[in-house]
Amino acid sequence: MSAADGRLLDVASLAVQLPVGGELRTVLHDVSFHIGPGEALGLVGESGSGKSMTARAIARLLPAGAVTTGTISYAGGDVTALKGAALRSYRAEVAMVFQDPRAHINPVRRIGDFMTEALRTNHGVSKADAVARAIGLLAEVGIADGQRRLEQHPHELSGGLLQRVMIASALLTEPRLLLADEPTTALDVTTQADVMAILDDLRRERGMALLFITHDLELASAVCDRTAVMYAGQLVEQRTSSQLHDDPLHPYTAGLVGARPRIDGDVTRLAAIPGRPRSAYEAPAGCAFADRCEHVEDACGEARPPLEPIEDGFVRCRRATELRGMLRAGGRHG
Amino acid sequence: MSLVELPTTAVPPARRRLAGRGLPLLRGTGLVGHLCAIVLLGALLVAVFGAAIAPHDPDLTNLSFAFVGRFQDHYLGFDSQGRDLLSRLLAGARTSILGPLVVVLLSMLFGTVLAIATAWKGGRFDTIVSAALDVLFAFPAIVLAIIASVVIEPGLKAASLALSVAYTPYIARVLRSAALRERSRDYIAALEVQGLRAWVICVRHLGRNMLPIIVAQGTILFGYAMVDLAAISFLGLGVQPPQADWGVMVATGQSGVLQGYPMESLCAGLCIVVVVIAVNLLGERLSDRSTLVTR
Ligand SMILES: Nc1ncnc2c1ncn2[C@@H]1O[C@H](COP(=O)(O)OP(=O)(O)OP(=O)(O)O)[C@@H](O)[C@H]1O
Ligand SMILES: [Mg+2]
Repeated sequence: MSAADGRLLDVASLAVQLPVGGELRTVLHDVSFHIGPGEALGLVGESGSGKSMTARAIARLLPAGAVTTGTISYAGGDVTALKGAALRSYRAEVAMVFQDPRAHINPVRRIGDFMTEALRTNHGVSKADAVARAIGLLAEVGIADGQRRLEQHPHELSGGLLQRVMIASALLTEPRLLLADEPTTALDVTTQADVMAILDDLRRERGMALLFITHDLELASAVCDRTAVMYAGQLVEQRTSSQLHDDPLHPYTAGLVGARPRIDGDVTRLAAIPGRPRSAYEAPAGCAFADRCEHVEDACGEARPPLEPIEDGFVRCRRATELRGMLRAGGRHG
Repeated sequence: MSLVELPTTAVPPARRRLAGRGLPLLRGTGLVGHLCAIVLLGALLVAVFGAAIAPHDPDLTNLSFAFVGRFQDHYLGFDSQGRDLLSRLLAGARTSILGPLVVVLLSMLFGTVLAIATAWKGGRFDTIVSAALDVLFAFPAIVLAIIASVVIEPGLKAASLALSVAYTPYIARVLRSAALRERSRDYIAALEVQGLRAWVICVRHLGRNMLPIIVAQGTILFGYAMVDLAAISFLGLGVQPPQADWGVMVATGQSGVLQGYPMESLCAGLCIVVVVIAVNLLGERLSDRSTLVTR
């Protein structure tokens, strides 16, 4: 696979195992997707489904001892084999925004140090230039008094401000791909909307590719061209955002769409998925969702279904075509 | 009307001590910490200027004054060779204090570099280096000092080098767990994603944020180094007589102790004890503070 086929990032059959108490535990199992230049892909799933691990694998931030199989290629090159200077130049093109900005910024250094260090040490930008660029980007993310902020320490800034700083800092090196791991989850609702709008604007302006991780399917649909859904460490469905939302093919996706409170006419309905989410290592042998699925059949428990191509994406369900149209958002059948 | 107004926001004493006033470097170490720092500053000044301010020549022997007590401006009297005791204490401060200082600086340097390198690299490198350090750990400092005094020549250099090597595994072990904790913190991952070089992250961020623990450990180590160096000198493997040194003086004062003139051993021993206590009390406070800060 190369950049020539219009793919910037290509993840194929990615599986990750982590050492837990002396043995390897599967946290990702068969994750495949791709992102084109300037394209936005949403990655949605419940807590523990492996969204962060996917992003960490792409950023080469897996914990020590992790075993990775499958391929991650960026602009045609294998990411998992990179090291030294090649790894650094890859990382110069890929930036990441983390869920919890406060934990991800060195608390004893100034905001200015945090924002300009990579520019100055890796990109050979002079201090004055780096500071000027940082102030410029802070203005773009809605922080007018950048000069003053650069002198402050992280504890002097609110969570919302800090997340904007994080986003500005990620964009400072003009990455071609941004990995955003729940960038707004730690923020209050109004700030969430602001930060999301900023991120979306800047992305479009710069033609930057985005992997947007969230557990909010609605938000992913609003921001992303295509959306992928994860369950128990696997990708279960990947479609164009509007299709995924309006015509979900996997029962789990349908449950997720329904899990959001919706106001339809005069009823407010919350159709939650029964049972609790499964991690990859505790998923049942056949279809990982079998024990929570309301459309389960005996055959579902026999073999793990493959990710099957359909007209606008992929779905991992034996009964996808059969159930099509019956899984309308929020609908419960029985 | 109530007679007593209860304060609505009482700061618990522990918090007050931590937030407390004081010099920036010593903040949170309390009154004792500051007093210890004053004692140590005094000791350091004596180490540097002791020989210059000594009222008499510390090496001038006059056997007719052997074991004579206080006499004119010889405030502490004379030792077995009739040398002025006060002058010898002042002059001896240099090797007695700068020796441990060199040991602390060297072993902290080796230990910190090894700790951060093993914590960062992990894997086989960590296993091999840790195993090697464990082997080294099994050698008592005194044994290393004997080896060094044979390989090099007996003296302060050999003794300091031996102690630096002997302490390195201990420091590396303590700091490695601190480095591992720091390494696993999220801000380090964020720096890695920015594409910064590993050594840049290790020096500018990881190492720098470990500084409170490094300083605290170094301070505690100073006390050990001082006592061990004195013991090595006492055994005749460290500073060589007739050079003045507190450890040597404790040793050479032995004959006086047996003859009922304990002044030399006593004074030199007291100097060691005072400095070691001051440095330990301060080290303890710095280390309490550092664990509270890094949580
Ligand atoms: N260091 C680790 N060692 C072993 N297992 C881990 C480790 N970190 C996470 N896991 C496991 O990996 C699985 C996926 O975790 P991940 O953090 O990717 O989930 P997530 O989808 O990002 O969830 P959330 O929405 O809560 O952030 C979980 O089952 C988790 O328990
Ligand atoms: Mg996560």
